[in-house]
Amino acid sequence: MLASLTREILQSLRVALQALGAYALFFVRLLGEVPRTLLRFGLVVEQVHNAGALSLVIIMLSGLFVGMVLGLQGFDLLERFGSEESLGSAAALGLLKELGPVVTALLFAGRAGTALASELGLMRATDQLAAMEMMAVDPVRRVVVPRFLGGVLSMPLLAAIFSLIGIFGAQLVGVQLMGVDSGQFWSQMRSAVEFGDVMEGVVKSCVFGVSCSLIAVYEGYHAVPTAEGVGRATTRTVVISSVVVLLLDYLLTAAML
Amino acid sequence: MRVRGLHYSFAQRAIFTGIDLDIDRGSVTAVMGPSGTGKTTLLRLLTGQLQADRGVIEVEGEDVAKLSRAGIYRMRRRMGMLFQNGALLTDLDVYENVAFPLREHTRLPERLLRHVVLAKLQAVGLRGAYRLMPAELSGGMARRVAMARAIVMDPQLLIYDEPFVGLDPISLGVVLRLIRRLNDTLGLTSIVVSHDVHDLSTVADSCYLLSGGGVIASGPPGTLATDTREDVRQFMHGLPDGPVPFHYPAPEYVEQLRQLR
Amino acid sequence: MRQTRAIELGTGLFVLLGFSALFFLVTQITNREFGFGDGGYRVVASFEQVGGLKPGAPVSMSGVTIGHVQEIEYDFGEYKARVTMRIDNQFDRIPDDSDAGIYTAGLLGGQYIGIGPGGSETFLAEGDQMQFTQSAIVLENLISKFLFSKAAESPDGQPAEESKP
Repeated sequence: MLASLTREILQSLRVALQALGAYALFFVRLLGEVPRTLLRFGLVVEQVHNAGALSLVIIMLSGLFVGMVLGLQGFDLLERFGSEESLGSAAALGLLKELGPVVTALLFAGRAGTALASELGLMRATDQLAAMEMMAVDPVRRVVVPRFLGGVLSMPLLAAIFSLIGIFGAQLVGVQLMGVDSGQFWSQMRSAVEFGDVMEGVVKSCVFGVSCSLIAVYEGYHAVPTAEGVGRATTRTVVISSVVVLLLDYLLTAAML
Repeated sequence: MRVRGLHYSFAQRAIFTGIDLDIDRGSVTAVMGPSGTGKTTLLRLLTGQLQADRGVIEVEGEDVAKLSRAGIYRMRRRMGMLFQNGALLTDLDVYENVAFPLREHTRLPERLLRHVVLAKLQAVGLRGAYRLMPAELSGGMARRVAMARAIVMDPQLLIYDEPFVGLDPISLGVVLRLIRRLNDTLGLTSIVVSHDVHDLSTVADSCYLLSGGGVIASGPPGTLATDTREDVRQFMHGLPDGPVPFHYPAPEYVEQLRQLR
Repeated sequence: MRQTRAIELGTGLFVLLGFSALFFLVTQITNREFGFGDGGYRVVASFEQVGGLKPGAPVSMSGVTIGHVQEIEYDFGEYKARVTMRIDNQFDRIPDDSDAGIYTAGLLGGQYIGIGPGGSETFLAEGDQMQFTQSAIVLENLISKFLFSKAAESPDGQPAEESKP
């Protein structure tokens, strides 16, 4: 009983380690192809469009609503201490350091990550990747790396847009609706927020961009070439990305505080 | 192309136990066999997508197993391959699909590229469809576009993987005719993998019949059809029972009915 | 080709939007002052105690922000904190005998430097040191002072030794 349990635990540990190793090797392979891909920048631009520009609407809408909720909740909380004027700094710091990068990464995994994974999985299932191999074209270089880079480049920009719109959302609720003084809102924000806070958010979203894109292209590229396999790959993309983003968020926050 | 003593196994299951093939320049060779005998696997071995356990595969005198990755890519530029469903790139239109290998491997000026692409599309009768997306094509058209793409680099060897699956009789006739015509007019060597015995025998110069990990019969289609061996006869004439049994292995019928599950 | 152009346009728009958002966040939301615009001039003041003052905090006169704190360091010559402020060029007529104090905006707000104008005819210029400063009020010190003075005042208790007669 105990022996079989230990064996099972060891087994799953082995599987997890194996997956980690496979991810690392794939990542190294992608990095090796990056310089050559940058020479054909048109391909990357196309993918920045797919991953970034097409996610813009959902990111902006979500940013607005998250900011408005933050304005409402923050006002309610700060009013108890009689310091509603701090709403600006509270909302800005919360958005820049946490909610901007994290929520953007989660939305990215749901919108762009699944699109990437299913696209690559479908290319695998319909032999498109094998056909490229046969045309002496490396599918990793031609298809995977541009998509990876597109995701990596889009994420920090999306997060910045999210945070900015979120701040305006908080301002909308706090100042226009709840009557916090506009000057206080902005001046407190500006005195509290430091350059490092913005950078913390940028660093986070860069890390999230790399990991979310890597997970999406890995799962898509290695999808089982059936309809079911493609579906599974997209599900795995969302699940793994979300967990990894939250885990990394904790680690990064602890490292940068 | 020469294959000698090819062995390959996957997941502890032996798929090939000693296969010899000889494919002559300029001929159309059919590779036939029941489902699951590893016909597609054989193609992957021939094109260097898989590594054989044992045996020699020579393409134009070069041993595929000894080629580096770059060498395999160089070899593949002289090969064209047609996948079961065409495997067109779904985000590019017909024109760009055919142009794809040229754009990847050459720096032809746009005008010249256009000439080449349109000529190849004309050869398969789809010059008028160059603006369509793959999703708008019928199965037969998709396969013809894939043929145009496969010959755009002027290969010496063209490989077809199950080119007849799911085609209506007209499209099938077109594809069949094209295989022969492209082979003769472009001076290619063609390998066609299929289990459509009758269709293939009209175009093939010689046939190989695979079963149980080895070649069980070979020769021109005519001699294969008159072969008297049981397993060859069953496949060539589509007999329901024979060495490949109709019944899945089961206990005695009456015995099983008596048991309460 | 038209499709490619649409993609490029959309992507360009997206990248532009992203970078301007980033730029806006860095320049407008933070207290970081960058080298561009009118550079302003620097003024130095020494304080016994700067409390929670941070670089980037506003410097104001009568509530109008005229500059920002650029740097805070410890001066071992004077055993005091040395605060460098950058004052915008348009505020170039601050008397050189003005005093600087560290105040708190609201009970929980951030700290800032308030400058009260003096009466001199000469004005502060680049690199000048302000003579009169008032340190930040540290709440704990204030409370303990208050408690000791209460103890000293109490009618039946002995006056505390530290308190002056």
